[in-house]
Amino acid sequence: MRATSHLFKDNVAKALADADLQTALYRVDKNFTARRTAAVTALPEFEALRDDAVRIKDHTLAYLDLYLETFERNVTAQGGQVHWAETPDDARRIILDLCQAAGARTVTKGKSMIAEEVALNPFLEANGITPVETDLGEYIIQLADEPPSHIIGPAIHKTKEQVSDLFHEHHRQFGKTQRLTEGGDLVAEAREILRPRYLAADVGITGANFLIAETGTSVIVTNEGNGDLTQQLPKTHIVVASLEKVVPTLEDASTILRVLARSATGQQMSVYTTFSTGPRRPGDPDGPDAYHVVLLDNGRSKLLGSDFQDILRCIRCGACFNHCPVYASIGGHAYGWVYSGPMGAVLTPAMIGIEASHHLPSATPFCGRCEAVCPMRIPLPKMMRHWREQAFDKKLDTVRQRWALKVWAWFAKRPRLYRRITRLAVRYLAWRGRPRGRMSDLPLTDGWTASRDMPAPQGSTFMDQWQTGRRP
Amino acid sequence: MTAGPRVGLFVTCVADLFRPTVGFAAVKLLEDAGCRVEVPEAQTCCGQPAYNSGDRRDALAIARGVIAAFEGFDYVVAPSGSCAGMIKKHYPGLFAGDPDMADAAQDLAARTWELTAFLIDVMHIGALDARYEGRVAYHDSCSSLRELGVRSQPRELLSLVDGVTVVDLSDPEVCCGFGGTFAAKYGEVSGAIVHKKAAQVVATGADTVVAADLGCLLNIAGKLKRDGSPIKVRHVAEVLAGMTDVPPIGEA
Amino acid sequence: MSARAAVLGRIRASLGERDEEAAREAVARRLAAHARNVVPTRAQVDRDTQVGMFVDQITATHATVAQVAEENAVPAAVSAFLAQHNLPAEAVLAPDVANLGWDSQPLLQTRTGVPVEADQVGVTAAFAAIAESGTLMLTSGAGSPITLNLLPDNHVVVLRRSQITGTLEDAWDALRAEGGMPRTAMFVSGPSSTADIELTLYLGAHGPRRLHIVLIED
Repeated sequence: MRATSHLFKDNVAKALADADLQTALYRVDKNFTARRTAAVTALPEFEALRDDAVRIKDHTLAYLDLYLETFERNVTAQGGQVHWAETPDDARRIILDLCQAAGARTVTKGKSMIAEEVALNPFLEANGITPVETDLGEYIIQLADEPPSHIIGPAIHKTKEQVSDLFHEHHRQFGKTQRLTEGGDLVAEAREILRPRYLAADVGITGANFLIAETGTSVIVTNEGNGDLTQQLPKTHIVVASLEKVVPTLEDASTILRVLARSATGQQMSVYTTFSTGPRRPGDPDGPDAYHVVLLDNGRSKLLGSDFQDILRCIRCGACFNHCPVYASIGGHAYGWVYSGPMGAVLTPAMIGIEASHHLPSATPFCGRCEAVCPMRIPLPKMMRHWREQAFDKKLDTVRQRWALKVWAWFAKRPRLYRRITRLAVRYLAWRGRPRGRMSDLPLTDGWTASRDMPAPQGSTFMDQWQTGRRP
Repeated sequence: MTAGPRVGLFVTCVADLFRPTVGFAAVKLLEDAGCRVEVPEAQTCCGQPAYNSGDRRDALAIARGVIAAFEGFDYVVAPSGSCAGMIKKHYPGLFAGDPDMADAAQDLAARTWELTAFLIDVMHIGALDARYEGRVAYHDSCSSLRELGVRSQPRELLSLVDGVTVVDLSDPEVCCGFGGTFAAKYGEVSGAIVHKKAAQVVATGADTVVAADLGCLLNIAGKLKRDGSPIKVRHVAEVLAGMTDVPPIGEA
Repeated sequence: MSARAAVLGRIRASLGERDEEAAREAVARRLAAHARNVVPTRAQVDRDTQVGMFVDQITATHATVAQVAEENAVPAAVSAFLAQHNLPAEAVLAPDVANLGWDSQPLLQTRTGVPVEADQVGVTAAFAAIAESGTLMLTSGAGSPITLNLLPDNHVVVLRRSQITGTLEDAWDALRAEGGMPRTAMFVSGPSSTADIELTLYLGAHGPRRLHIVLIED
């Protein structure tokens, strides 16, 4: 997917002016935060589970190579195959080769952020294979030719009317002529349209929430059951997953599952949590004949041991998105690439470079709510600050911003000069603020004053007053 | 009778420049609680603007000055969760790799407090000599709330002020959108966030909104005043110290 | 160098110096022990409470439960379910439930095996049920075609009271005792649903719209 993160400011302006988006974001904010709070409050062991989840992931990362080797060994023992992909290009090639070997014309897909990351769909299409998104949200954005805007609900930025329009336009070819308006009818029509496509698909591609080393198992989590239909009906099941998805044991996966659904949607478990191990066994009446796991690196091996290692604990729950005041104002598309919200602000520079994405870790007030709700206790603000250090060293900020900071710091290191200059500045600003005690415009601050007044200072500094003997 | 603790006031750059009343209110509260308050002359800024902009070098240089200026005090108290948080939570990490300064940074961090937390958790004050008639909405700043765990203390203190009714916002944990340099760099996003915060404040029916951080307050006041709201915006210290005869923030 | 070697090599380089022997031991130990981490105490209660907990939670997600005294009452319960929802008297059975005495329902047409698109009702057994979250554990095998849990719009699960256990961890122990992982272990906590349109909940997105459990009081 071509990144537009460098156009962040333009994206933001568009997002803030989009009334439908703002309505959708309000809904997300109200809904997900309340559900998470209720679920977390109802489970006394939640904090202890978080601590265990962190320990499990940190332990796994410390021995990632050994756990990946174990996983591979066990997949192979069960009749499956593991493929290693260093880059998105490698992953695309491997998947295309597998699809071509299976004689695939159409491919059903469960929701996979890794597939987005490697831009799989356009590549398959260019090679004559039709990918069919089955997650309802992904299906909607596939019709709209848009990227996902939220890691859990890819189409939450869409209104029901917009979905009605999309279905009306794209389902005509299947003989559907009526424009539906009821949500239940829209879901039913999507189900009806996708049914034959599930059955006709030659290959099913899913992501994985977890890869379990102990048993060579991949785990997917859905509410719709689309991932299950995707992986059980076709002859070939391909799992695409990044390296850090591996966990040691079934018990370890169970622990993290408990914090995953609660953090994402406030459920205890998603409706369908499915553990898949290899292809069908002798005697199984159904299931795929072939099971492949494509392991993607794409920079994760380099994040290990770096300042950014902790982002590898991310389990893609979306809690950080749901609690972020910036995301709540601008939505996911404004971030300009696959991953948005706070985790996207940390991961995107690692994937596409800080030069192309420095606005993402920069455009946050560091309120810290993301870290507070992250089930894996990822220190997101700290890592965003590390990115800011790199951006500063590379001079990616505007000249004006750099100079303002340099001037401030220069004076702040020199208290006597600081007193002299601030005395004058404060007197001037107090004068500017007369008679109302505030200014509605001020040079160099149109970012602030476009929507707010600037309160005026009281007129002299505390330090001056204190120095001259004023006391309470 | 033993003298009370020797407290160095970290007045904060925003209070120093924009609203000295907050500094004097802090001094009064500390002295009334039995502290001996001094104001080291060499203070300017805690270094957070440089730190959050990725300029570690300047942040370190400024922080060294703060550590030196505040040596020897029993406690260092700031009327700001943001500055207190910077010193308490971030100075140790800043100096972690510096064998000469690491201990001094840890030591300062351990002695530094946000004002309302200090008054309750250290000085255990049980009475205030102040009066304020008003329905007061309380805004928790993100640094106070999440970096320092301050939530009950300002509310406890407000309950000691005659005439005050405290009301909570419908989402008390959401940011006001200030974020220091963020408000200037990404003003439209900041504006969208404070728009929601201001709406929450108005929805409480409060006539006053207070917080323990001037950054948040400048932001919230700026928005409320632009919208023509009569709601008075003050730092919590002003109300606690009975210094509400000066115009509220953003008014004359 | 193969991609595999390159990736593993980069991981090892990033992790830096370590005692290889100790590392392999640590990994082997964790895998062999597969120790439980913190397990919520909520479902570690007596069987009656577990059964109640299971029923309460799975019905909260819009699944339905009918209790029968013994296994040969199951066919009648299935007929009742079909009648209640005006469904044609037809069902596809998993081999695991084929011997429950379906002759008692002469008007009910049954077939045993894998479902096709036209089938509206599938009847399967379960491997276990989890009280903690109100979840069914369904495994693939010769007696349990996995697509029966997914394709037909109505899914009836025949569950014995004795199969209800407390936690996921209990279920793993049981599965290990049976010889390990099947191709598929599905944990199902309700009928299929989606909230992808304006966050409103709708049932029957792709999987079954109705999930009905016939609980045998054994």
